[in-house]
Amino acid sequence: MKKLNITVTYLVFLLLLIIPLGQVLSSAFSTGFSGFWSALTDPQALHAFLISGILVGAVTALNTLFGVLLAMLLVRETGISRRIRQFLNAVVDLPFAVSPIIGGLMILLLLGPHTALGAFLEDHGVKIVFALPGMILATLFVTFPLMVREVMPVLQEIGTDQEEAAYTLGAGSWRTFWRVTWPSIRWGVLYGVVLTVARALGEFGAVLVVSGNIINKTQSATTLVYQQVENFNFVAANSLAFVLAGFSIVVLMTLEWAKRRKEV
Amino acid sequence: MQIEVRNLSKKFGRVSAVDHVNFEIEQGKLIGLLGPSGGGKTTILRMLAGLEKPDAGEILFQGNKVNHLPPQERGIGFVFQNYALFKHMSVFDNIAFGLTVQRKSKSEIRDRVHEMIELIGLQGLENRAPHQLSGGQRQRVAFARALAPSPQLLLLDEPFAAIDAKVRKELRTWLREMISRVGITSIFVTHDQEEAVEVADEIMIINQGRLEQKGTPWQVYKEPLTPFVAGFLGESNLLHNPAHIVGFESAPRPHSEKARVLIRPEAIEVGREHEISNLSAAALGIVRSVQFRGSVWQVEVEVGEHRLLAHRTLEKETLLPGEQVAVLIHSLHLFHDEQSLFLENELKRANTRAI
Ligand SMILES: Nc1ncnc2c1ncn2[C@@H]1O[C@H](COP(=O)(O)OP(=O)(O)OP(=O)(O)O)[C@@H](O)[C@H]1O
Ligand SMILES: [Mg+2]
Repeated sequence: MKKLNITVTYLVFLLLLIIPLGQVLSSAFSTGFSGFWSALTDPQALHAFLISGILVGAVTALNTLFGVLLAMLLVRETGISRRIRQFLNAVVDLPFAVSPIIGGLMILLLLGPHTALGAFLEDHGVKIVFALPGMILATLFVTFPLMVREVMPVLQEIGTDQEEAAYTLGAGSWRTFWRVTWPSIRWGVLYGVVLTVARALGEFGAVLVVSGNIINKTQSATTLVYQQVENFNFVAANSLAFVLAGFSIVVLMTLEWAKRRKEV
Repeated sequence: MQIEVRNLSKKFGRVSAVDHVNFEIEQGKLIGLLGPSGGGKTTILRMLAGLEKPDAGEILFQGNKVNHLPPQERGIGFVFQNYALFKHMSVFDNIAFGLTVQRKSKSEIRDRVHEMIELIGLQGLENRAPHQLSGGQRQRVAFARALAPSPQLLLLDEPFAAIDAKVRKELRTWLREMISRVGITSIFVTHDQEEAVEVADEIMIINQGRLEQKGTPWQVYKEPLTPFVAGFLGESNLLHNPAHIVGFESAPRPHSEKARVLIRPEAIEVGREHEISNLSAAALGIVRSVQFRGSVWQVEVEVGEHRLLAHRTLEKETLLPGEQVAVLIHSLHLFHDEQSLFLENELKRANTRAI
């Protein structure tokens, strides 16, 4: 029985992960290393990587800041009523329950060029949809729960005693946060950062909807893969996919390491 | 620091955690807050510290109202029940924390921390992390951390609760000495009446959010103001009616349901007839059980409708269950109509006078 279990597990692992990854690898290098390399150094690909980089950087920074703030608010702020707290808690989980495409559509419907808000912003020179800000918003929407849900349990677990001790010793809330709270939550935050990076890099649906996938403008590495497949450029698609997959594997290994640190 | 509290109240939802509490504490006194679980002791301490906002009432330090001050500005030291040491800091940094907040110079901080470490007797452990210390050592570090910035008032919430009985005894003697050496006004919470009686200058008995009584341990023991205090501090027999107790025939006969009679076990003399000091003032009873209690025999004796616990010194002959004995009740407390009366055995008094 145990043997069978192990065999099935390996089989599923092989079928779902290893074989497709091998397929990507062999296709990427089917015209040799030069084909792989030229697919990556193509101006369109380089631009897509740049966009992905900016996207991931901005989303991770914003999500970390707001995620930690909201987690502190939800766990520590006793002033807000229970109802508001429950409501906020439910809203945080919304992106888990809603498809990313619908998330993208919500942004489109709210800020698109044909809406009052979108038109107003465009008149003032701020372009949100079909531009980088919209992509950042969409990715933020998708990744938002990751940081909050990572930090909240850690805050709950450490309790308020150490913070209150710091207050009685004369420390203000800023010093208390950095000297007392932060060292306890930093590995949780790192874990949240890693999850956010991985998710932001791989996000496809929401970004596709709001970006319009304009070449050399709003195309991210992920949506470029999609476009290359549509154009039957399998070598290019697989080369990009291989790099993205490789990056994700490194990120996830960091995650494992962060998780172990979090537990000590 | 001299402390005054007027009409302090705090509710959590519908629970009245602290209910119109008034007291005053003199400079330099060590006060024990004693009472059953959920009585409101922690809440009182937290309100004094500014960690909890009172619903009503005033807190005055040296005659100045401090209700509006945050914990940072009250000049207090707080020792938490589970110590709440900063777990990411060494012993040194824990003790130095309050001093760095005060922007003291590096050398000043170092000197003060070393002074504190010497005071608590943990030389050589400066660089340990809290999780590398024993419970008693952590307790001392928490104490040093609270004391390092020279607070005016030290608040300790069940400082010994998590420590085993023997170390606990040592630590409380140690704490008593430390506090009198530093001369700081201190309030500590405890569940343990022995601890309160042994360590405190004065004790305050807190029950269901109300201050039942405040006084020196001896005063509170000797003259309990309410049946609750009488039953809580020390052992006692609590009866509903003083009727049929020999020697108290002319005591007031309370009719209210709330009236109580308290008899301390050490106020009851049991023994064979020739042992009793004043036989004419005694009643007859039957021994029901005898238990060894470390320093005395505890004898359960049935007298009329009552069953009483009495103490009997060890050097006297052992009584046997079923034996008929004389029972002399020297004194009792009677609580009725919001009053407490201390009554002595009348027959005994009459007799003594006759001689
Ligand atoms: N933060 C809170 N929220 C709601 N109720 C509370 C809170 N803190 C205390 N209480 C309630 O207030 C009452 C008094 O609690 P408190 O902690 O002051 O008691 P205590 O005397 O310290 O008890 P113990 O000896 O068990 O520590 C209890 O009924 C408790 O349930
Ligand atoms: Mg308590």
